Amino acid sequence: MGAMKDRSQGEIHDVSEQGTFRVKAGLAEMLKGGVIMDVTTAEQAVIAERAGACAVMALERVPADIRAAGGVARMADPVKVKEIMAAVTIPVMAKVRIGHFVEAQILQALAVDYIDESEVLTPADDTHHIDKWPFTIPFVCGARNLGEALRRIAEGAAMIRTKGEPGTGNVVEAVRHQRLMQQEIRKTANTPEDELAVWAKELGAPLDLVKAVHDSGKLPVVNFAAGGISTPADAALMMQLGSDGIFVGSGVFKSQDPEATARAVVRATTHYQDAAVLAEVSEDLGEPMRGLEISQLLPADRMQDRSR
Amino acid sequence: MRVGVLALQGAFREHMATLARLGVEGREVRRADDLDGVQGLILPGGESTTIGMLMAEYGLEDALKQGSLPMFGTCAGMIVLAQEIVGSTQPRLGLMDMTVDRNHYGRQRESFETEVAVSGLEHQVRGVFIRAPVVTRTGPGVEILARHDGEIVVCSEGRCLASAFHPELTDDTQLHRLFLDRFVG
Repeated sequence: MGAMKDRSQGEIHDVSEQGTFRVKAGLAEMLKGGVIMDVTTAEQAVIAERAGACAVMALERVPADIRAAGGVARMADPVKVKEIMAAVTIPVMAKVRIGHFVEAQILQALAVDYIDESEVLTPADDTHHIDKWPFTIPFVCGARNLGEALRRIAEGAAMIRTKGEPGTGNVVEAVRHQRLMQQEIRKTANTPEDELAVWAKELGAPLDLVKAVHDSGKLPVVNFAAGGISTPADAALMMQLGSDGIFVGSGVFKSQDPEATARAVVRATTHYQDAAVLAEVSEDLGEPMRGLEISQLLPADRMQDRSR
Repeated sequence: MRVGVLALQGAFREHMATLARLGVEGREVRRADDLDGVQGLILPGGESTTIGMLMAEYGLEDALKQGSLPMFGTCAGMIVLAQEIVGSTQPRLGLMDMTVDRNHYGRQRESFETEVAVSGLEHQVRGVFIRAPVVTRTGPGVEILARHDGEIVVCSEGRCLASAFHPELTDDTQLHRLFLDRFVG
């Protein structure tokens, strides 16, 4: 290091803290404006990283295949998660069943970067979500509306995503959830202070968090779109509706040309307000994943209704 | 004064908010023509692989390499400014003669916040290190402004300032003011 000028004032040994809420929510802030892609192998993870994904979600199966396979869907095999972690330098997320705090302990021991307590897997607890505060690893949770988002944040979630309807390739539910979230945030901001307690009760959310939304006019954590996004235009639609970033589940690796689709969705998320760029990246991508009509789903097949 | 914030991916909104608090007009930069009329550029935290790749498209990388715009990189922004990145060939601007080690402290589990004393700042800053890099080699023109546990975490060279942590995630505006006063002028 030779001739460098060193004007640093020596080392400061002060309180250093890991796993603070700022550190947990901070990683989500760094993912903003980016695309998080579901991957099931190390090869897919590398394709996602090369396409510009800001993180990957390590899974045994993508949601469309979970839907097709039926049965109980669980946390991925640790071998699979470790393979994917070894293959890329971007953050790696993995899913646990709702309420399954032991699966979360296992993922924390593996040192994944984010845990998704996800309705895509079969819930392990039909009443309680995981108490996420004791964990050092941050959690992301799905929500269909503001009340659900604030309940998850009260439990310690450091990032929220819409639920949408996973594995359908149909964006309509994600749009519904994001619009409702934004409507309820606007309503909260405009509700007089002396009516907030009743409004919090209606939302089923803690008053202090409702107050925080009232004061700031936004959710206290990052809010991504997820569930049914399968084209660059879908991604830009969700961004224009106020999402902070995009999760693509089955949409990339169930398309005819995953590499081209992945690249296009990343560029559409960055340049979401630039229709000329959107037109350019939407060209010649081949067939997107085959979609499902939501009204054709049986109530038991609706993943979004698996938790409240 | 108008300062751009590279808005391809990452925490650009927080930098825009910090600039607004300091009474400076910020502009989100996604393409080369967004650079018209800006007097400095902030490269935010985010994923450096994603930001580097997107910067190479739409002419930004060339415009920034050829110009002489003052720049302030935080975390991923520091990586993008470095000439060498340990074990990686990812796209970069390479405007600072230094080597950075990405994810130096480990994965998210090892992310932390701590007090950092930065040369030239009146008060210590709360350094939020998220999957943060450190500088492992500096050339003769690089001035070291702060270390944490012996590792270089803030430094500058010429018109560029780089920080391994995220001042934009706190209310502390000291580093932004340093950039505006000393680099953008």
